[in-house]
Amino acid sequence: MVKFLPLKQAVAENLNHGDTAAFEGFTHLIPTAAAHEAIRQGFRDLTLIRMTPDLIYDQMIGMGMAKKIVFSYLGNPGVGLLRRARDAIENGYPRALEVEEHSHAGMANAYEAGAAGLPCAVFRGYRGTGLATVNPNIKSVSCPFTGEVLAAVPSIRPDVTFVHAQKADRKGNILVEGIIGIQKEAVLAAKRAVVTVEEVVDNFDDLHPNLTVLPRWTIAAISVVPGGSHPSYAHGYYARDNAAYLEWDEVAADREKFQAWMQANVIEKSADDFAGRVEHLRKPT
Amino acid sequence: MSELSFTPNEMMTIAASRALRNDDVCFVGIGAPSAACNVARLTHAPDITLIYESGTIGTAPDVLPLSIGDGELCETAVTTVAVPEMFRYWLQGGRISIGFLGAAQLDKFGNINTTVIGDYFRPKTRLPGGGGAPEIATSSKETYITMAQTKRGMVEKIDFFTSFGHGEGGDHRQRLGIDTAGPTLLITDLAIWKPDPVTKEFTVVSLHPGVTREQVRESCGWVVKFAEALDETPAPSELELTTLRDLQARTKAAHEGTGKAKAA
Repeated sequence: MVKFLPLKQAVAENLNHGDTAAFEGFTHLIPTAAAHEAIRQGFRDLTLIRMTPDLIYDQMIGMGMAKKIVFSYLGNPGVGLLRRARDAIENGYPRALEVEEHSHAGMANAYEAGAAGLPCAVFRGYRGTGLATVNPNIKSVSCPFTGEVLAAVPSIRPDVTFVHAQKADRKGNILVEGIIGIQKEAVLAAKRAVVTVEEVVDNFDDLHPNLTVLPRWTIAAISVVPGGSHPSYAHGYYARDNAAYLEWDEVAADREKFQAWMQANVIEKSADDFAGRVEHLRKPT
Repeated sequence: MSELSFTPNEMMTIAASRALRNDDVCFVGIGAPSAACNVARLTHAPDITLIYESGTIGTAPDVLPLSIGDGELCETAVTTVAVPEMFRYWLQGGRISIGFLGAAQLDKFGNINTTVIGDYFRPKTRLPGGGGAPEIATSSKETYITMAQTKRGMVEKIDFFTSFGHGEGGDHRQRLGIDTAGPTLLITDLAIWKPDPVTKEFTVVSLHPGVTREQVRESCGWVVKFAEALDETPAPSELELTTLRDLQARTKAAHEGTGKAKAA
């Protein structure tokens, strides 16, 4: 049954060395606070799954926590490259990194298959692509009815998924809205799910009946971390900190600068520091 | 009109915007395609449906998004769906008329590489990869490509097939069982290109104002073919230029302002 926990405890109870972990959120609602807590606790040998690794995986890879990444877009969205991930792939620094690369369609289908309890996903994809030749997990099957050759990829079944959401109610049900991305599938595909939220409200009684709500029994732990997805954003709460994404390009370009930034902004900080980082990004009420 | 001054990049964006129709359903790649699609929406195609891979359908942003998932895309959209639904029902389901892509590396058959420079397993440069593009390139009814010309970008042979265009040319798509048209238009900062009906090799059909054949040849890594009847691309109109420049000014202010401009 779901527990409301301080983030430090929620991460310690649900993440282990060597786990396959997904920290999801498609540009929106990226669980940065949870990723930073995982960095502070120093987990090693993780297999990190994320469609768009974004800054959080650049940081975790740069800190040497990952042995493998599974992804479909390894960029800093709208800015360019992820330079710590590049350094790991091109130079093995700070450690060699195994890569399993897909397309967005492939990952989205694989998460959905994971949520559906299927061993694999079948879809029309990867036709004519180089990925199909370098990734042994991209195979094909023939439709038993029409004979059409379709792509098949294994479903994604993380040990643990971390997501950020707008609200929990007092019972621990979770509301996600806006660009809902792959949050629901990533939670339902995982053995355990940890959710950070902007706030807790009494109940969801007045909400539209079709909003995306994850029932409390699908979640292991909830931590209240206002601003917890900065520099990503939380629809209805604060805007994306595009300037921080631009700044990251410079920070991550240099190994020493990166270490100094991580020390000052992650290692020596806590989940409580996130609220202050989004103050200037909130809309006036 | 002809006295308006404009940059090659502005000409590229505007020429690309003109290729879009009011009734198109366009899957928008980030960067140059995003600017072109929104200029089209703000000028001759007000009802165009713009779709970004974050799940936003029928979006009408006031500023260009930095990422494909900026909040404004959702706030101005007709609806926002989950990412699996985006790729399964809307793209794979055959509901996209135009997939609009940019490219880091492109060959003459419209094959795109945004994955690696060098060998995949020992890359010289690891690029971001495909994201949504591999399936946009094969599931959209047709694709448009836009990029600024350089010898490094437009090459005889790409290092990696991120998104399949016409492959080796001719009927290569059909041979792979791909029944969509693939790349039908390439808009660069110097020219408009269309595939040869048989070989599928991109051929220059229109030069932008003031551009010479030599300039096109010098900034392209393959041997350029020109159509027999070569057009000149009409120069940007005052409305097109003003629309693009205003959009870019609003975008710059919003992104540099750490969201302050948006919150104000």
